[in-house]
Amino acid sequence: MHHDVLERWSQGNSPLHRRDPRAKVAALLVFLPALATAHRALAFTAGGMLMLLAGAFIWARLPLARALARSALVLPFAIVFALITWAAGDAGRAISLVVKSYLSALAVLLVVSTTPLPVLLRGLELTGTPQFVLLVAQFLYRYLFVIGGEAQQMSRAAAARGASARKLMARSTPFRAAAGALAVLFARSYARAEHIHRAMLARGFQGHFQTLKNLRFRRSDAAFALLASLIPLAVRIAMEKAIPWAR
Amino acid sequence: MGALVEVRGLRFRYEDGTTALNGVDFQLGAGEAVALLGPNGSGKTTFVLHLNGLLTGEGTVRVCGLPVNPQTIPQLRRKVGIVFQDSDSQLFMPTVLEDVAFGLLNLGMDQPTALSRARAALETVGMDRTASRAPYHLSAGEKKRVAIAGIVAMEPEILVLDEPTANLDPPGQRSLTELISHLPQAKIVVTHDIAFAQALCHRAVFFQNGVITAEGTVTEVVSRLDWDLTAERSKFRP
Repeated sequence: MHHDVLERWSQGNSPLHRRDPRAKVAALLVFLPALATAHRALAFTAGGMLMLLAGAFIWARLPLARALARSALVLPFAIVFALITWAAGDAGRAISLVVKSYLSALAVLLVVSTTPLPVLLRGLELTGTPQFVLLVAQFLYRYLFVIGGEAQQMSRAAAARGASARKLMARSTPFRAAAGALAVLFARSYARAEHIHRAMLARGFQGHFQTLKNLRFRRSDAAFALLASLIPLAVRIAMEKAIPWAR
Repeated sequence: MGALVEVRGLRFRYEDGTTALNGVDFQLGAGEAVALLGPNGSGKTTFVLHLNGLLTGEGTVRVCGLPVNPQTIPQLRRKVGIVFQDSDSQLFMPTVLEDVAFGLLNLGMDQPTALSRARAALETVGMDRTASRAPYHLSAGEKKRVAIAGIVAMEPEILVLDEPTANLDPPGQRSLTELISHLPQAKIVVTHDIAFAQALCHRAVFFQNGVITAEGTVTEVVSRLDWDLTAERSKFRP
């Protein structure tokens, strides 16, 4: 499953994996607005940003091709909005939307695949992110995969009894069965989530996730945060200055 | 020494109106292992969830001399370790080691101590080689052992096991019996596995419709109530 891969990637041991999560988040928070607000020479700026991210994936010893493919998961959503923008007569903005969404997803993927989630959340907690937001993030991550697992089991059980999407769509009321399955899925996921929460409480959980890693923000982390923030800005400024004819 | 667990007149009703416990009296002595037998839905699991305040009903529940109330719940969760029936619900951290350390960190233990206690617990259950693996990649038997390690690491005084042999193959059941029998804690075992209960427990109580209807050795309770797989099977023998 998707989260298996991300968790496996995040357990790596590259220089990027070893950086403090706060340094990575700080760099991400500079990268995203730098990309989102780029207008002039967008193709070149985006190309430069893509090269940067690709270099970071290679530095982190993660499979670049698979990361590029995984980031494409954001495209169906981005394309819907891009088509609406295109239809409104702004083709340039539509292309920009797709490109920026894809690169943003790739940048976020880089951070989450080089930082185990508990460590990332601990880093965010130390930066003052509200505990409630962190709890929601942790549970959302956990329960999304609970729902995914339950859906997979139900799908297998249905397939074992001869069900298929094609047969379902051939019915006169195809959405009734789907709606029923969704209701069952919700009920099962809810029950499973309750069991997980109960098991967490039984082991003394009091609404606060702890990690085995003691985070220490070193000078090397500060240097990384500074460099990783400045480089994308430099790429953007360089592209906009160097290619004045690109508008 | 007094009883580790003392329950008097415990009643509990779920929000949907189902009465799960209807006046349960129960005692557990130090070092004792008791099997909770009975049909599905008879209240066994609901009962054990009262021992560390996961559910609260009417009646008196005292564990290690402490009443179960919101003030004592943090202490009770340290004293009563519950291994749940479905290990997948219990294991949720990215690695086995982090999962075993989860409870220890919640107890306020510092990271180096939690780490060494978690490693020791994994060694106790013979799973030290899996420390860096993701829990969902383990077999059912391995998951169960890791789930037990997560509880044993917290060094509870009472170990509650809910259907520990469910989904395990016979060799897995044997090795789990061996493992649990060597753990020093007093034990409450919710089970349908009579052989497992006989191998592990000094005493059995039988739940039916939310009350305890029989008590004695496992063999006595099973034969008195005809609560044995072989007794049922003999009726259907061709």
